[in-house]
Amino acid sequence: MMLEVKNLHVYYGSIHALKGINFHVDKGEVVALIGANGAGKSTTLSTISGLLQPAEGNVIFQGEDITLTPAEQTVQKGVVQVPEGRKIFATLTVMENLEMGAYTQRDKNQFKQDLEYVFTLFPRLKERQKQLGGTFSGGEQQMLAMARALMSSPTMLLLDEPSMGLSPILVEQIFEIVQSINKKGTSILLVEQNAQMALSIADRAYVLETGEIKLEGSAQEVLHNPTVIEAYLGGH
Amino acid sequence: MNTSPIAQLIQKIIKQGWMGKSFLLLITLLAVWRLVVALQENPILFLQQVVNGLQLGFVYALIALGYTMVYGIVRLINFAHGDVFMVGAFVSFYSITRFQLHTWAERLFPAMPDGVSLIIGALTVMAASMVACALLAVVIERIAYKPLRNAPRISALITAIGVSFFLEYFAALNFVFSPNFITYRRPIEVVTWAIGPGGITTLGGGIAPPPGTILISNIALIIILTSIILMFGLQFIVQKTRIGKAMRSVAYDKQTARLMGINTDAIISTTFAIGAALAGAAGMLYAIAFSQIFFWMGIIPGLKSFVAAVLGGIGSIPGAFIGALIMGQAEVISAAYISTPLRDAIAFSILIIVLLVRPTGIFGEPEREKA
Repeated sequence: MMLEVKNLHVYYGSIHALKGINFHVDKGEVVALIGANGAGKSTTLSTISGLLQPAEGNVIFQGEDITLTPAEQTVQKGVVQVPEGRKIFATLTVMENLEMGAYTQRDKNQFKQDLEYVFTLFPRLKERQKQLGGTFSGGEQQMLAMARALMSSPTMLLLDEPSMGLSPILVEQIFEIVQSINKKGTSILLVEQNAQMALSIADRAYVLETGEIKLEGSAQEVLHNPTVIEAYLGGH
Repeated sequence: MNTSPIAQLIQKIIKQGWMGKSFLLLITLLAVWRLVVALQENPILFLQQVVNGLQLGFVYALIALGYTMVYGIVRLINFAHGDVFMVGAFVSFYSITRFQLHTWAERLFPAMPDGVSLIIGALTVMAASMVACALLAVVIERIAYKPLRNAPRISALITAIGVSFFLEYFAALNFVFSPNFITYRRPIEVVTWAIGPGGITTLGGGIAPPPGTILISNIALIIILTSIILMFGLQFIVQKTRIGKAMRSVAYDKQTARLMGINTDAIISTTFAIGAALAGAAGMLYAIAFSQIFFWMGIIPGLKSFVAAVLGGIGSIPGAFIGALIMGQAEVISAAYISTPLRDAIAFSILIIVLLVRPTGIFGEPEREKA
């Protein structure tokens, strides 16, 4: 098992944001975590990354308990988060953004390899490496954010709402790239409001509702579940 | 109600702030006119003032960089920064008087040419000041500011003022730096040159400067040169090195920087250290130029450098530099042409004028909205 989340409870002040959730991601899998706004999806990712600390429960990555590992050390373990809203360093160039993604990477050859890899995934970044990150459009920023995360050679990628605010064509492009990253062996935990799209590429899925996992199963099962169709797929 | 065209016009003028702006324009024009007249009347005297202003401006620039860097990364006006500058001056003083640090090269390698050993010695003293100030700032940050990182900004600001007072009155203790004015011992003799159409004359030994010449001392040259080198060094660190890029990332977005594996606490400490090291160097240069040091010598230069940083746009490194040069010139030129007692008032008025026209300072950008 790649990542295992056990009985996770997280509070924001007095708000009980996650009420004891359990889920796991196996090696090489794409797992989707779907749910409405405020269900606790981003909270889950931030807790795995170490930006938030849970009141109770554990996060186990590759057999190691990383529950209390601070965010800046989680990357070194091989888990990297692409935050919601891309969070590109707008005042840094594309190349500098990528270098920051590789901040923990001290091996120069590995850096070159990773750079080459992200440039084949996102050729546009190569052309515009001297441009400031802040001048990019939403879709380009999403690509840069993913490229930046990949620069740490992660074994597990946490994607937070990669489709947010993007046109359908761009969303399709992004999801194709997600699949190709997964084929190279990186496990992916995908948080999405766009359930249709997420389920189309996921192996398995969990449905999160007000801090609790309400449903889990293979992507097909979840996709055909009547409650999910009603609540997240615009019901027919 | 007021439908008459004149009333409308008056309302428009008031609403759009034309009165204020035209008043400012008038003052600015007056000042420019005064300067042009001064330049015409006696260009040599005017140039002399510009040179003096440059010397002061570069010292302010070194201090202002520390304010602007710290503000850029933690949004804190570090009011103790001027006192770190004072500590820098004292550390250099004691390195010279107690430890003879400026002569170590001469003592160890007597065969070395005097000039070289002097430069090495002076640079060692400066390095000692810079290191001491950097350490001091890191300690201050850890003890006083870090626990307040997530507190309201006003708490950190008040703490900074407290740290400033603490440093001043701790320094004033008899067994620390003493409450007295102390005559600084320069590691380097002052040499003044008179530069004019007739060539360069070295002054000293009762030679009066020939008429129509500008006086430049080696001290002024050293200050300007050292400051420029330090600023290029800083620019290199911030723009090109891994740590500098991490500093810019942390300044932009701490959470995301953490997700990249950047240890934000270490980067913030480094920023404080670099800013303080520049202030330490400035402390030594200021002491060399004005040859008197005392425990609250940091207040006024610190305040003026802070103003320079705001003038240039706080958070912007080129802004701090330009702002400081403007402050230096404003101070010296108003002392020479308008009134010596009023020079600080005039220097600060420039701040008010610039902020009225451009509230974010010359190079400043409006605060970003964070999602």
